[in-house]
Amino acid sequence: MSSVTLKNIVKRFGTFTAVHQANLEIPEGDFVTLLGPSGCGKTTNLRMIAGLLDPTEGEIQIGGKRVNDIPIHKRNLGIVFQNYALFPHKTVAENVAFGLKYRDVPKSEVASRVQAALDLVQLPDVGDRYPKALSGGQQQRIALARAIVIEPDVLLLDEPLSALDANLREDMRVELKRIQSKIGVTTVFVTHDQSEALAMSDKIVVMSAGRIEQVGTPEEVYNAPASEFVANFLGASNILQGTCLGKSGSDVAVETSLFGTVPVPASKASGLDNGPAKLVLRSEKLTLLPPGADTTGMITAPATVETVDYQGQTVRYFIRTGDTQLQAINLIDERPFPEGTEVTAAFRAKDCAALPGA
Amino acid sequence: MSVEAREARQPWILLSPALTAVALFLFVPLLFILVYSFWLRTATGADQAGFYLDNWREALTDTFYRDILFSTLRIAAITTLVCALMGYPAAYFIARSKGNKAILLLMLMLPFWISYIIRTMSWINILGVSGALNTFLLWIGIITDPIQMLYNETTVILGLVHFLLPFMVLNVFVSLEGIDTNLEDAANSLGATRWETFLQVTLPLSLPGLAAGGLLCFVLGAGTYITPLVLGGPRDAMFANLVFEAIITQLNWPLGSALSLMLLAVLGVLVMIYNRYLGMAQLMKGLG
Repeated sequence: MSSVTLKNIVKRFGTFTAVHQANLEIPEGDFVTLLGPSGCGKTTNLRMIAGLLDPTEGEIQIGGKRVNDIPIHKRNLGIVFQNYALFPHKTVAENVAFGLKYRDVPKSEVASRVQAALDLVQLPDVGDRYPKALSGGQQQRIALARAIVIEPDVLLLDEPLSALDANLREDMRVELKRIQSKIGVTTVFVTHDQSEALAMSDKIVVMSAGRIEQVGTPEEVYNAPASEFVANFLGASNILQGTCLGKSGSDVAVETSLFGTVPVPASKASGLDNGPAKLVLRSEKLTLLPPGADTTGMITAPATVETVDYQGQTVRYFIRTGDTQLQAINLIDERPFPEGTEVTAAFRAKDCAALPGA
Repeated sequence: MSVEAREARQPWILLSPALTAVALFLFVPLLFILVYSFWLRTATGADQAGFYLDNWREALTDTFYRDILFSTLRIAAITTLVCALMGYPAAYFIARSKGNKAILLLMLMLPFWISYIIRTMSWINILGVSGALNTFLLWIGIITDPIQMLYNETTVILGLVHFLLPFMVLNVFVSLEGIDTNLEDAANSLGATRWETFLQVTLPLSLPGLAAGGLLCFVLGAGTYITPLVLGGPRDAMFANLVFEAIITQLNWPLGSALSLMLLAVLGVLVMIYNRYLGMAQLMKGLG
């Protein structure tokens, strides 16, 4: 187990810069997720930590030691690939035992360690089979067993769940987190799926266009996004142009044309100076109520339902207030408001965040 | 007609032109040759129809034919081995090169635009007594008289390798292309060096391509008759040259037919053995 540090990492492919000046500190034993859309540089970062790519500039440290010049086969890392990458010509047991061949593990111990790894991923009886005979979810468990049996310093997971069906993916998510906390290995997880990131991580690193946008716990990045990109990538947000009027007590007053002055908690309005600002209003926090409902302690505006996107448990409304369209995601109580209904859009000021900017 | 019946018929409709061609131009002539091989060439030079075993007796018992058959198989085997050793690295290079694969493959196919006979004869201009190599060696003064480098078994093998190498490279290339590079990365990350990764992962997974290329080189090499004719000496005749000799020179169609069927049978048996071995390799999934 080791910490991982990226210092001023830059990666260029020809004239294209895939990673700009990445700085990142991953403490020992943490589960850290690199989250972002495809092409944001998250996989490039992972592959540089793995040693599959060389950084153009900067330093990568594992356990406090510079590893830039250490070839991949000497880094002692466990990697799980999106497409499993099991050796098709070897049995499951041979696959899992592969890494042990290159570590001075006595022959007598190999079988028991392979079995222990298979037990850990809850597939104790498939050692004699070939990968092809297993389902996708089972293959991914074997790939995980193969990566952890070598007791790696760092476990690198490259979108390991995205090839699985939705239900299986959620099961594997829980399973993966269980195994990781059991062995306590430092883990770097790459995904474009925000719910995976929120559910599994100790820390989330949100990336966009080669830059790290924000590093924080799931609650931090969700509740106090550091940029418009983060606000929109983790869940849906309404971004309203406004003006920061200054701090008063523990709140920062942000004035918007739609909702008047909104006192945003200062903890969620960092780096805000008087002047232009953006109010971040999460779609899940914007509630639609029938006109005349009790809205004590809430900020409200009258609105009209324009579009209803029914999703069973929840509904996504597109509503119009004045000439602005807003998005609201609400739990459904009996049945959703039909299109054209006049409603009251309401939210609590403490659920908002604010960002600097014009 | 039901949908199933129509769908079941479709492949046969698409195959029928090819099947007709194979039947008419391969199986029917082969049948003629089989019938011919039991006829007898009389002293007058006329062919006597009937069921005589004389040609087969001669083909199977004469040590002259047996020796040439063995040397044909040996030359084909050496050629295949050389093609594998030279072709694998080339195929690996093309499969792993970034971007310019199409150009490299085009260069590989380029020789096919020139007739195989012309390509074979080009060696005379290179290795002949007044060829390029002799001229060069004379010019730099290493030798004072030209050396005869042509017309021996080595030049026959050289010509065959020249002819067959692209077949090997293409087959190996295709199988290397099919290997997920994540497998190599995975092996690397687990502690295997690049060479160990090659031996443990890449080579076993590319064996089907190597085997297919090898089979192609061997069969084409064993059946060749132009190369020994152009680049071999009088003692370097291969089996196909004997068939040519019997049919064209001696006009002994019955004997020629028996000889050609004999070569076909030997190669057929080898292909079957190969197939069986390959089937086993598939079961064991390579060396690992």
